[in-house]
Amino acid sequence: MPNKLMASARQRLQKRSNLLAQVRAFFYARDVLEVDTPILSQAATPDLHLASLTTQVKVPGFKDKQRYYLHTSPEYPMKRLLSEGSGDIFYLGKVFRDGDLSPRHQVEFTMLEWYRLDFSMQDLIDEVVGLLQTVLLPVLAQCAQVEQLTYRQMFAKYAQIEDVFGAGSEQFQHCLAQNGVPEIIGLQDEDTALWEQLVLTEVIEPQLGKSAVSIITHFPARDAALAQLDSENTAQALRFEVFVNGMELANGYQELQDAELYRQRFDESLQQRQQAGLEQVPLDNRLLEALEHYGLPACSGVALGFDRLLLLQQGASRLEEVIAYSLDKA
Amino acid sequence: MATYSTNEFKNGLKFLMDGQPCTIIDNTIVQPGKGQAFNRVKYRNLMTGRVLEKTFKSGEKVDAADVVDTDLQYLYNDGEFWHFMDETSFEQYQAAESAVADVTKWLIEQDICTVTLFNGQPISVIPPKQVTLEVVETDPGLKGDTAGTGGKPATLSTGAVVQVPLFVQIGEQIIVNTEKGEYVSRAK
Repeated sequence: MPNKLMASARQRLQKRSNLLAQVRAFFYARDVLEVDTPILSQAATPDLHLASLTTQVKVPGFKDKQRYYLHTSPEYPMKRLLSEGSGDIFYLGKVFRDGDLSPRHQVEFTMLEWYRLDFSMQDLIDEVVGLLQTVLLPVLAQCAQVEQLTYRQMFAKYAQIEDVFGAGSEQFQHCLAQNGVPEIIGLQDEDTALWEQLVLTEVIEPQLGKSAVSIITHFPARDAALAQLDSENTAQALRFEVFVNGMELANGYQELQDAELYRQRFDESLQQRQQAGLEQVPLDNRLLEALEHYGLPACSGVALGFDRLLLLQQGASRLEEVIAYSLDKA
Repeated sequence: MATYSTNEFKNGLKFLMDGQPCTIIDNTIVQPGKGQAFNRVKYRNLMTGRVLEKTFKSGEKVDAADVVDTDLQYLYNDGEFWHFMDETSFEQYQAAESAVADVTKWLIEQDICTVTLFNGQPISVIPPKQVTLEVVETDPGLKGDTAGTGGKPATLSTGAVVQVPLFVQIGEQIIVNTEKGEYVSRAK
């Protein structure tokens, strides 16, 4: 390779290396233990919107051609570790999601995920902001400010929909039209939740994180995933997301602890997969057993897209600019 | 009729929207992580040339458009239609004015053009990048004035008008760039 090209590639890799070191230093300084959990698992996430890659494992005398799933996030093994008493932990490494490829998505990407014992959702939000300010402040001045809104407040402020929980599909459609969003093909009027989602992705998200880091909390309970519901209003979940420059950067929960509720949410997800005609996946029974046996300690956890963080830090617009080789070149 | 699902969408794919052939020029998958995926699609209507945008719910299907680009020889204009011929099969096609409106001034009998066919009918015609035409009308240039900057307008045998250097005279053959509508040189 010509020296000049190599020099710029080397510079690019150096920036990535620096950020990896910076993030690790942030957690080491807080006594959070780095864990490197298995990428391969006999179980997969049942989440309706996540597609796992699979591979065949063949080990003579152990596994005779058995399907293993590549993790979409280290959440399940990390929660097993937490149940078994690991204390505060973080993971910084590769995860895999099939079907995701765009300027902001790669099938294989680097995720930072961490769990903090006895942290409330707000404690964890504060720590995420602390990390962002540590690594982004020198380049993104807006990170000095934080805007924290509930899901409901976000719709009121950015889409002029005062009560998103009570709004009907025509209100969402009206909002899309008013904001000049191109026509949507294939959506029935009664798909209210999807019209709501489109207002979120097409109208609101591009505005988030422009003048401050935007933290959105209290998502609808249907999007709770493995977050606790808000005890004061069970239509809302203790889930938060972080946006910078119109891009979702992190997604965290005050974690559900009850093993029985995990089983319920997993079963609901499996049912949704069935209704959508998707393949069923084996549930992580080892996680469920650990939760039943030891119980998950009170904690909050968050996953943050490391490549996106680097993208923001470097002022780049496509993930390909901050990774060694993108999917098409790998 | 063949259909394409959104997961087959890619740049250059030809499909039908409201009965008109279109080609995808940008396809971005919006995958929010906790919701349904959508395809944000930018496409060009091949009949009108307009660029439009629509968002498709993932899994939606569109009809394929039977659109092909083919090299055809321009034969003649009968006053109503412009006739083209496939040089290998000798099959003939007639294009209506809407397909050639922008390019009639560059159509020269026997030239090979790129013709876009939709259901076997020409919908647009791209002339050769350079054509040779005769100057039929232009002001006589001032002798010796070869350094003039602006040039002068010249009307060509097909009715096209281009700016030419002052030394170009009536009756001369000149080469013209059809994309820019600009004089290139005198033809030898």
